[in-house]
Amino acid sequence: MIRYINKHKNHITAISAILLVLAIITHITGYHGLRHGILLAATIFAGIPIFIKAFQALRMKAFSIELLVTIAVIGAIFIGEYVESAVVTYLFLFGDYLEARTLERTRSSLKDLVDMAPQEATVVRDGDQMTLLVENVVEGDHVIIRSGGKIPVDGKIITGQASLNEAAVTGESVPATKKLDDNVFSGTIVDNGYIEVIAEKIGDDTTFAKIIELVEEAQESKSKTEKFLDKFANIYTPAVVVLSVLVYVFTRDLHTAITFLVVACPGALVIGAPVSNVAGIGNGAKNGVLVKGGEVMDKFAKVDTLVFDKTGTLTKGKPELTDIHTFDKQDENELLRLVAQAETISEHHLGQTIVKEAKARKLNSGEKPEDGEVIKGKGLRANIEGKMLTIGNRKLMHADNIDLPSEFAAYAIERETSGNTAIFAAVDGKVRGIFSIADQIRDDAPAALAEMRKNGIKKIIMLTGDNKHTAELVANQLDLDEFYTELLPEDKVAYVKKLKEKGHVVAMAGDGINDAPAIATADIGLAMGEGGTDISMETADVVLMADKLKQFSHAYSLSKATIRNMKQNTFFAVGIVFVLLAGVLGGTVHLASGMFIHEASVLLVILNAMRLIRFNHKNTKEDTTMQVAHA
Amino acid sequence: MTTTKFRLEPLTCPSCIKKIESKLGKMDGVEEAKVLFNSSKVKATYNEKNVSKEKLQETIEKLGYPVLK
Repeated sequence: MIRYINKHKNHITAISAILLVLAIITHITGYHGLRHGILLAATIFAGIPIFIKAFQALRMKAFSIELLVTIAVIGAIFIGEYVESAVVTYLFLFGDYLEARTLERTRSSLKDLVDMAPQEATVVRDGDQMTLLVENVVEGDHVIIRSGGKIPVDGKIITGQASLNEAAVTGESVPATKKLDDNVFSGTIVDNGYIEVIAEKIGDDTTFAKIIELVEEAQESKSKTEKFLDKFANIYTPAVVVLSVLVYVFTRDLHTAITFLVVACPGALVIGAPVSNVAGIGNGAKNGVLVKGGEVMDKFAKVDTLVFDKTGTLTKGKPELTDIHTFDKQDENELLRLVAQAETISEHHLGQTIVKEAKARKLNSGEKPEDGEVIKGKGLRANIEGKMLTIGNRKLMHADNIDLPSEFAAYAIERETSGNTAIFAAVDGKVRGIFSIADQIRDDAPAALAEMRKNGIKKIIMLTGDNKHTAELVANQLDLDEFYTELLPEDKVAYVKKLKEKGHVVAMAGDGINDAPAIATADIGLAMGEGGTDISMETADVVLMADKLKQFSHAYSLSKATIRNMKQNTFFAVGIVFVLLAGVLGGTVHLASGMFIHEASVLLVILNAMRLIRFNHKNTKEDTTMQVAHA
Repeated sequence: MTTTKFRLEPLTCPSCIKKIESKLGKMDGVEEAKVLFNSSKVKATYNEKNVSKEKLQETIEKLGYPVLK
């Protein structure tokens, strides 16, 4: 029975509205006798769901707003105010309906995300293809995804290739091409193609599930404004009860006292700030920016200084071999082959770039050298085919007493000033060539930084472990205020600390792993998560899922807009409460009109917050069409 | 200790939060009860020895909030 009524609450609301209209018609046409009957029917109709809720709460010894309304309505019927009782019950239900509808909209970004969750998977077990519910897929399963299908697990491609829409994870709707050995994420969609994947992470462990979890938690975590409002409500609610008793004692008017109690319920006050947060965080999630909670939003909006790591943050982090310069008629490919073979023992990204280039040129780099030695921060030595190779920076050449003729040194500096890292390759104690490796600045960096400056950033600083020349070039191209070079992770932490001590509110952006200490130290830590690594998602306050600086800029202006929106709501809600209370005490606001203003104010704060969902919508859209046109 | 999430019909009134949290929190064996207002979920951490998932669900429903999942 109760379930039935709850299910048909909307119909009840509609019927009660029709009855109210009928009452107005009878009033105009003069059938006054009928009017009372209709109004009473409307009251009872609309009252039932409210009474039930009130009763349920009362049975559990819990106090509820429905109880207040019930008392007020019974009071109104008792003194013969049928219009009032009918209007109040109707407004309460209708307000509830509108709130549910509008709240649903503010929550829609999250819901859209949740709806992207995969439901079933096609797997191959013992040679048989079968379709399973996602919950039944286990780690190591061999999963097949066809064109149009949704990837049900996190894993690695073992056969095939496809263009994927990764919007669920990165917020980026431009399809990405994935092939053998690439990682794919649960929740992303195969736009075109066919792939087979081995499941590495399933269910709640997938990046997608973690995003949902994080966003859900973030939307609940309270900002300072919200905590303040909670405190305020804690004092305010009992105060209102006491006041209404006082009102009754002094005026001996039960009607006014009850009106006071109902009207003073702090609906807009309680919902105003959280609803802005939810909409703001939801907008972020949809655009591939995870903001972890209201507190972070609050702090982020106050940031005035940005600190960037260079490699992988301001630059693409994918170095390319731009030039091999050889001396003494040394054959380029032969030198590359030897150097690449030596570099197979190196984990360093520069070394791996060289190995990759050798592979691309189809040079046989052979077996790993057995007696290789990596010298941290300098390079390496290895014995290849009876030749002693020394590969690394100036420091290493110097340490090994390898002569560096001035023309070599000059060439290296020339390469460095044009943005390369120069690597010297010496064979048997003589420098035979210089390898230039460059890391391109991200395409969206200049625009994103300029946009953030426009929105209130005063200082942009770069901290890097790289050499001075390379850093200088990046700093000049991006018009940075300061840059510091050849730093270790702990030096970066010290710089961030120093900035904070000077009174700056600092946001630090890095690639999440070696920058983790500095990210944790900053007021706001941002991780550029390539699809979101576990570490970056956990330590950072803000995660940029698509690895785009444009998202950083979007997040910054979004945080400002969210805080602004929250302030508007708070001021409005506090204002309306005082207006209502004064109105009731002054006798100008009655139960029905009070209820109307109350419900309208709740709706207004929700509607105001809804503007945040569409925030920057236009810009993003233009951007996508442009990118598509390019592709 | 077990943690379970109950999904409810969309929550609209913020006063529900306190009602559900305090009622569940007072139950024997419940370590923590948290209402995720925006995702309309209740997250409860409880000791299985003292209280069952069904019992928690029953309490939430008795308060007037049907549990969907």
